[in-house]
Amino acid sequence: MSRYALYLGCTVPVRGLNYEIAARRVAARLDLELVDVEGFACCGFPARPMNWRAGLLMAARNLALAEAQGLDIITLCSACTGTLTEANWRLNEERHLLDWVNRRLEKIGQAYHGTVRVRHFARVLYEEVGLERLRQSVTVDLSGFGFAPHYGCHYLKPSHLYDGFDDPENPVSLGRLIEATGARLVHYEDEGQCCGGGILSFDEGTALLITKQKLDHVTAAGADGLVLICPFCAIMYEANQRRVESAYQTEYKLPVLYYPQLLGLAMGFSPDEVGLRLNRVKPTRLLR
Amino acid sequence: MADEPEPIIDVSSFDPHFRDEIAAEPGGENIRRCFSCGTCTAGCPVGGVTDKYNPRRIVHMALLGMRQQVLSSDFVWLCSVCYTCYERCPQDVRIPELMTAVRNIAVREGYVPQAFRLQIETLRAHGRLLEVGDYENERRAEHGLPPVRETAEEVCRILDLAETGEGSE
Repeated sequence: MSRYALYLGCTVPVRGLNYEIAARRVAARLDLELVDVEGFACCGFPARPMNWRAGLLMAARNLALAEAQGLDIITLCSACTGTLTEANWRLNEERHLLDWVNRRLEKIGQAYHGTVRVRHFARVLYEEVGLERLRQSVTVDLSGFGFAPHYGCHYLKPSHLYDGFDDPENPVSLGRLIEATGARLVHYEDEGQCCGGGILSFDEGTALLITKQKLDHVTAAGADGLVLICPFCAIMYEANQRRVESAYQTEYKLPVLYYPQLLGLAMGFSPDEVGLRLNRVKPTRLLR
Repeated sequence: MADEPEPIIDVSSFDPHFRDEIAAEPGGENIRRCFSCGTCTAGCPVGGVTDKYNPRRIVHMALLGMRQQVLSSDFVWLCSVCYTCYERCPQDVRIPELMTAVRNIAVREGYVPQAFRLQIETLRAHGRLLEVGDYENERRAEHGLPPVRETAEEVCRILDLAETGEGSE
């Protein structure tokens, strides 16, 4: 059994309970032990625009907490993945920054030595658990359903942080993960498009216009749902779907599922057991 | 837009050292490499839906020395930090990092958008972007999830420590 520190970040434990419920459920089934580490806070992403060193220090504090327990980190949020991985990479590349960080961590009784590995949950499923084991865990036939993958940005980019485990221009990992559940993979126009979440708080109209493009493209491709792996992308495509609908006088009713929810259903968990009650747009065809 | 007269720009107000100032900021090191090919703008998801944001234009303005115009503008805050341009830039200008560098300078000059100021206030109050109080933890418990503790004090300490000593200029 592999043990990991589960890094939830800010959005998942409050607005992404369905993601967390499903992730914990499928992890247990696949013998991945997820440890809750006391004291994890925000990854530092929101502090970077104001003062990038503040963001670096916040990330380092979280890394230090995992290191003190001898655990590598599994993340659910792609922005947290990017921020923690980037900080980790920088602290290993630039010794003077590690020293700068440690002179400050010392004041709160911590230290970081650069030994923690950070990986997104989807990447661990893809790389470590492996597609074959996922396929073997499937007990429910989903072959009548087609799902479109949304990779998002920070799961893959900047690619120099991610050891080339997938190609940022033509990614395949999430598509293969979807196919491993037995469901059909649905491709659509502009799959690599960002959700727009990065500018939601600053310019809502522009952000929602970016969101709308993907909702249009996925709907046009005839998918039963959009499958994603980041809570902020879910806020854009699911929580804000109705706002896009009313702003543009259109209707999508496009179900949006976190990948662990889809995998959990394929493994035979009930809709409740993978938190589907908390999804706003009900995947009614799938539930029938 | 096309009918509006082009504003006349007073080049004597340009700061020729602005590019060096950005290059000295972590993330801004590669600004001088830009040869204005526009690959960034062509693939930009924000630029794809609005004229308000155009990364090539911003980099060009910065290289020309339009310090005041760049730092006081809204557009530097419109990068969604998706890293599409970062992957594709033939000159490795690293625009998302460059935008962070420019934003950090803008903040030090007192240009802080309300939305970003509020995020830092929330971080200081709760250690996170979203509050996790009794209500949230009760809801988590209903779904069989363990409680999450806020660590506001330590996060405040961290944010204060980041402003101290060397590198805090």
